[in-house]
Amino acid sequence: MFKCKAAWNKLAPLARASSTLCRQAGKRAVFRHERTPQFVQPAHMSSGPSGGGGENTLYFVLVGATCLAGGAYAYSTLVGDRERYQQRITEIESRSSKPAAEPSTPAKTQLETAASEPASAAASPAVEPTHAPYLLIGGGTASFAAARSIRARDPGARVLIVTEEDDLPYMRPPLSKELWFSDDPTVTETLCFKQWNGKERSIYFQPPSFYVSPTELESVENGGVAVLTGRKVMHMDVRGNKVKLSDGTEISYDKCLIATGGIPRNLQVIERAGDEVMKRTTLFRKIEDFKALEKVSRELKSITIIGGGFLGSELACALGRRSADLGLEVVQMFPEKGNMGKVLPEYLSNWTTDKVKKEGVKVLTEAVVKNVTYKEGKVEIKLKDGRVVKTDHVVAAVGLEPSVELAKSAGLEIDSDFGGFRVNAELQARSNIWVAGDAACFYDIKLGRRRVEHHDHAVVSGRLAGENMTGARKPYWHQSMFWSDLGPDVGYEAIGIVDSSLPTVGVFAKATAKDTPKAATEQSGTGIRSESETEAVAGSVAVGKAAPTPPPQQKEDYGKGVIFYLRDKVVVGIVLWNVFNRMPIARKIIKDGEEHADLNEVAKLFNIHEE
Amino acid sequence: MRKLYNYCDQFCKDQIIFVTKEDHEAPSNAELVEDDPNDPYEDHGLILPNGDINWNCPCLGGMASGPCGQQFKDAFSCFHNSKEEVKGSECIDFFRGMQECMQKYPELYPQEDDNESAPSGEAEAEAEAVLPADSTKEVASGTESPATS
Repeated sequence: MFKCKAAWNKLAPLARASSTLCRQAGKRAVFRHERTPQFVQPAHMSSGPSGGGGENTLYFVLVGATCLAGGAYAYSTLVGDRERYQQRITEIESRSSKPAAEPSTPAKTQLETAASEPASAAASPAVEPTHAPYLLIGGGTASFAAARSIRARDPGARVLIVTEEDDLPYMRPPLSKELWFSDDPTVTETLCFKQWNGKERSIYFQPPSFYVSPTELESVENGGVAVLTGRKVMHMDVRGNKVKLSDGTEISYDKCLIATGGIPRNLQVIERAGDEVMKRTTLFRKIEDFKALEKVSRELKSITIIGGGFLGSELACALGRRSADLGLEVVQMFPEKGNMGKVLPEYLSNWTTDKVKKEGVKVLTEAVVKNVTYKEGKVEIKLKDGRVVKTDHVVAAVGLEPSVELAKSAGLEIDSDFGGFRVNAELQARSNIWVAGDAACFYDIKLGRRRVEHHDHAVVSGRLAGENMTGARKPYWHQSMFWSDLGPDVGYEAIGIVDSSLPTVGVFAKATAKDTPKAATEQSGTGIRSESETEAVAGSVAVGKAAPTPPPQQKEDYGKGVIFYLRDKVVVGIVLWNVFNRMPIARKIIKDGEEHADLNEVAKLFNIHEE
Repeated sequence: MRKLYNYCDQFCKDQIIFVTKEDHEAPSNAELVEDDPNDPYEDHGLILPNGDINWNCPCLGGMASGPCGQQFKDAFSCFHNSKEEVKGSECIDFFRGMQECMQKYPELYPQEDDNESAPSGEAEAEAEAVLPADSTKEVASGTESPATS
């Protein structure tokens, strides 16, 4: 019966249409009987009743053709409908049986969560959450900061973090800094480092006991934060407020944060170079990359880092420090004229490069890689100017590609200038969707649209997104900062837009032995630059060579000072060069956004000559 | 004070100025914009302009957001609002509840350090809050909670 009804429904409009068509064609033929409409010519081939002249034949042919077509269409639609119906039934059936099949897997995958649970989870069919009031996609710094913010503001909030990594949320800066300076031979297992106060802490934001098991999230009394590891969100349905994971699970949400971060970029020449080269290349970002590179540094004889920015320079310095003890050759190459060439003005970039070289690194500037091959047991890097470097292992630190795959299914906008999801000043992409961290291209009221890839920004934006997810409606206002240490002599903190293409004004004092990052952290009691800005961030510095008192030099020594970056005569960025604990003043100057006639007067506010 | 223009005249992109201590002795005449203490956009310290506790303050670390977050909030709110002679004396039950909860998570709330025990931690935080809420300063240093160190 259903089939007949469906068939009738499908055919009825066609029947009406075809009869209308026939009548119209008939009328036209009657009115213009001297001319045969051209579209009918081919139809003459079909057999029609012979009687009654051209007009009659025309009618019959038309009707016959339409009915044939209509019949064919109806048949195919019916068949398609039936198939779709069957699919739907099987899908619904399979969905109801899926949760029953799942309980054993959550117990295995949630190794890090509440240790007491796995036994009971296997015993009683524990169901993974199908709904999360707060869903955070990505398990990095921004996501964790948001989770913390949500929990602080919404009592009893239930927050679910979904991450494709196998690790609980951790901080990245120590992976290229403190962890390399540790004396502990088991550091790759413990992932602990020493803070300024001598206390050890883990790179994980919180130990596993902080988190609630995902299967308990919906029932636990005061709510909590649960982490689903090893799952990637593949599809986002914004209208239906739900996401689909890589294992097929669907989770609906009330509010969602996208904090997917990014993946390291690679050089095309390396990608094209084949497996032997790719096997010997590290794209450094995660814990596993740190472990792999640490192993390589002990086992191989030569490592080359391609890239002269923050990550490349920090890794070069970290490895350079070990080079003497391990008999390791460390090479760093990049297209710019000096380390941090895109960040620091040329004179400072040159000075920094000298310092990096003193750390034991062979620095090749103005080096553009032409091709990379694997030859006679070595990776051979040929530069465009003819120089050749033979090495055992390559680390590519050439930037980050923001992860925006969800934009397609979610229908979210991607920014064409900066990359990343385009969000407004309140980090919102759509009504219930926010984006924070490396993947967010947001509108900064003071500095304009930008995308920032620093740790403190991830914390600040994650925290702000969490606040806005709980109704705060605040724009990005508290300016995030960043810092870098390139050995015991060179350390700086920076805030705002720090781009070497902008005009700069640098105000310097002569440095004494007291003005180094090492001295700053040892001497200052509570105000560790990174910890005073954001809690739970490591700021300790190399325990290594003592900084010798610099002998009087002929050439200028940029020991410590302040560098202002200007855009249309307004300070938009500040670098505090070996001057610490002054970030609040810098932040204030950027916030004011005023034109200052004499920047030396502004520099006085920093008291650069004092401790 | 010497100015160094990096081998070019005063229209150079990167200006460099060297200053001695004496050069910077006179107070600055740079003008800074007056801060609005009630700016809704600013991050505030521990206490919000309306007197409420800012549970999201970095200074509290993970205390308000962890598994014992609710107990911590109850105890600290009681302490904060307490008008007794011995501040917080009527809040003993809340503090006990918080302590019991924290004992269940020794990894998160290490018990041995006196410095970091809850009551004195709050006292420190309160003291910080009494300072004029300066929006250019973070009330973060020195009041790190156990959960984060």
